[in-house]
Amino acid sequence: MESTIIKAVNYNAYFGDNQVVKNVSMDIARNSVIAVMGPSGCGKTTFLRGINRMHELVPSAHANGKIWLNDEDILEMHPIVVRLKIGMVFQRPNPFPNLSIHDNVLAGYKLNGIKLSKSERERIVEESLTKVALWKEVKDSLMKKGTFLSGGQQQRLCIARAVAMQPEVLLFDEPTSALDPISTAMVEELFKELKKNYTLIIVTHNMQQAARVSDKTAFFYMGELVEYDETKLMFTNPTDQRTQNYITGRFS
Amino acid sequence: MLQIEQEIKSLKEELVNMGDLVKAQLHKSKLALKNFDKNLAREIVIKERRVNGYELKIDRDCENVLALRTPVAVDLRFVLAVLKINSNLERIGDIAEGIAKYIIHTETKFATTLLERSKVLQMLEVAISILEDGMASFEHENTILARSIFLRDEFLDEVNSQAIDFTKGYLVEKPSEIDEVLYILSIIRKLERVGDHVKNIAEEIIFYIEAKVLKHNKDLQP
Repeated sequence: MESTIIKAVNYNAYFGDNQVVKNVSMDIARNSVIAVMGPSGCGKTTFLRGINRMHELVPSAHANGKIWLNDEDILEMHPIVVRLKIGMVFQRPNPFPNLSIHDNVLAGYKLNGIKLSKSERERIVEESLTKVALWKEVKDSLMKKGTFLSGGQQQRLCIARAVAMQPEVLLFDEPTSALDPISTAMVEELFKELKKNYTLIIVTHNMQQAARVSDKTAFFYMGELVEYDETKLMFTNPTDQRTQNYITGRFS
Repeated sequence: MLQIEQEIKSLKEELVNMGDLVKAQLHKSKLALKNFDKNLAREIVIKERRVNGYELKIDRDCENVLALRTPVAVDLRFVLAVLKINSNLERIGDIAEGIAKYIIHTETKFATTLLERSKVLQMLEVAISILEDGMASFEHENTILARSIFLRDEFLDEVNSQAIDFTKGYLVEKPSEIDEVLYILSIIRKLERVGDHVKNIAEEIIFYIEAKVLKHNKDLQP
């Protein structure tokens, strides 16, 4: 039986007085892929950033309610600990330009001051790059800069960097919007593999991507979670008229 | 209006036109049978090519909408329903053509008694009426009208189930009409299938509008 890994309960997020996420409650099953969609400004990215406590990095931003990671309240945990357990991949590939591919994978450990033996380092680099299907392509050029890679490869390197920290959850904020269709397809294929070990939450503007990769889809509108259901159902027979209008492109 | 809305509107118009064409074919087959009008029967056979052409055009347009617009939710259900309704209409067109061919091949006029006692003309009237309402329910998105078809189809089933007994009884009385009676039996069988096709159409309309699958589910049908 599927178990819940993340449970948001009446979660609210604000920028100053402006409430951008309103009373969101949702359960996310372990080893599932969740797509979060909605028009610009609907609060989906803020919600995603709330899950690993990045929302509060913005001055004046604050949040309340609960987000449980297993049996711990994320809002009560130390942000660094949260981010070790919940990795994030951004819209544009952002490998550290001055680091090699090898060191990019291990950046999380270096930045957190975690010492590793040489054999551990090699194992983590190979395992992480293998998990993102990049190992074969870069194993002979590990010491080259991360920026030497193509955009799609760079994004997979960023995913490898997140995976290297052995998180439980991976957050993706429009992870393929800067990639060409072939690289997008490779990253989408990767989601299927990653799902075996991690729980994936993906904010996307690409509805067909949401339909292709996710098990469940959440539709946000004006800060509210309007509908959250099986992706198949959301794209064939959504319950809420606002969801239907959005996915059929009839949103005004 | 969005591009997909325009394409869906145009698909709807095409399917309504296809429905009108098939209905006209069935209506003409009734007149040709009643009046033993071989010229009208030949016209039906010629017009069948138009029905086939229409079917291909609608299929192609559905394919384009699926490939180019990637419809979802109600739009997706609409395109899927149009594909299936289109196929059912084409088969009803085939049946009208089949009836016409029997009329062309029969040498002797069908006796009025045979037409009346077999109830074949009544069947044709019911078939035309439910097809008309089926297509009206599609055009006006009226699922109440679509549901009414399931009950009205019963007359066609009933006549069909009594057809063997009728044929045997009639042949005992008038063995000289064996060819005509067998043609009428075949037409009864075909008209029963028209009922099934129109029921399929009604199921697709309900699927498109209400997202309910009635197919193979007698509990959900009235």
